Amino acid sequence: MKRIISWVILAILGLAMLTVPLFMNFGVPAFSDMDLYFLNYGQLQAAANNIVTSVVFDYRGFDTLGESVVLFTAVVGVGLLFRKLHGGEELEDE
Amino acid sequence: MSKIVRISANLLYTFVIIFGLYIILHGHLTPGGGFQGGAVVATGVALVLVAFSYEDILAMLKKVTYTAQESAGLVLFIGTALLAMGLGVTFFYNYLANSGSLFGMSVPFGPNPGELDTAGVIPIMNIAVGIEVWGGLALIVFYMLSGIARERV
Repeated sequence: MKRIISWVILAILGLAMLTVPLFMNFGVPAFSDMDLYFLNYGQLQAAANNIVTSVVFDYRGFDTLGESVVLFTAVVGVGLLFRKLHGGEELEDE
Repeated sequence: MSKIVRISANLLYTFVIIFGLYIILHGHLTPGGGFQGGAVVATGVALVLVAFSYEDILAMLKKVTYTAQESAGLVLFIGTALLAMGLGVTFFYNYLANSGSLFGMSVPFGPNPGELDTAGVIPIMNIAVGIEVWGGLALIVFYMLSGIARERV
């Protein structure tokens, strides 16, 4: 019974993944207003030749802040994981 | 590791770090940026960590340096963004672009050779994120190395 249920769920997920290439046109983005705007005004507004960087750090700077915080959290997590290895003994030997 | 690896790492890590700093500083002109350049610099640190023994590394590098570096990068990033609110514009506004001051030169529309002194706030944020990624990734490798070294002893 469990096996049948898992196979049914797998089939449903596979069909759901297949709907994307079957029913949506590939290579035709739904909206192209924003990228045309970036191409036309990015060099004048952000004064940067690299449009990708001006999107990442200027137009979408808030997302980059989230990325930085994610990296910071990852480092904090690794530090917590490797902090104590031998029953209560601290690993601070630097 | 062996003597060949140690001498090669001694020669190579300078170039790796300089290449990473180049990618960070030219983030607004060429492909790359803070994240990518910081990862390259952290690769140079990882090269040193792999090549030498744990006692040598403890004498050369300190974890506190990288912790402070990571936090300083994040604080510089958020501080640059917050300064825009202090100047009366929105959060993350590019207040240095086209202003004529630091990184304030204008860019003509279309293909052009590119000038390092452009893009306003973007190079500062690239440097901040580069410092943060450098410290963060080096710190992750350092923590894992110290965990392995402690496990073996």
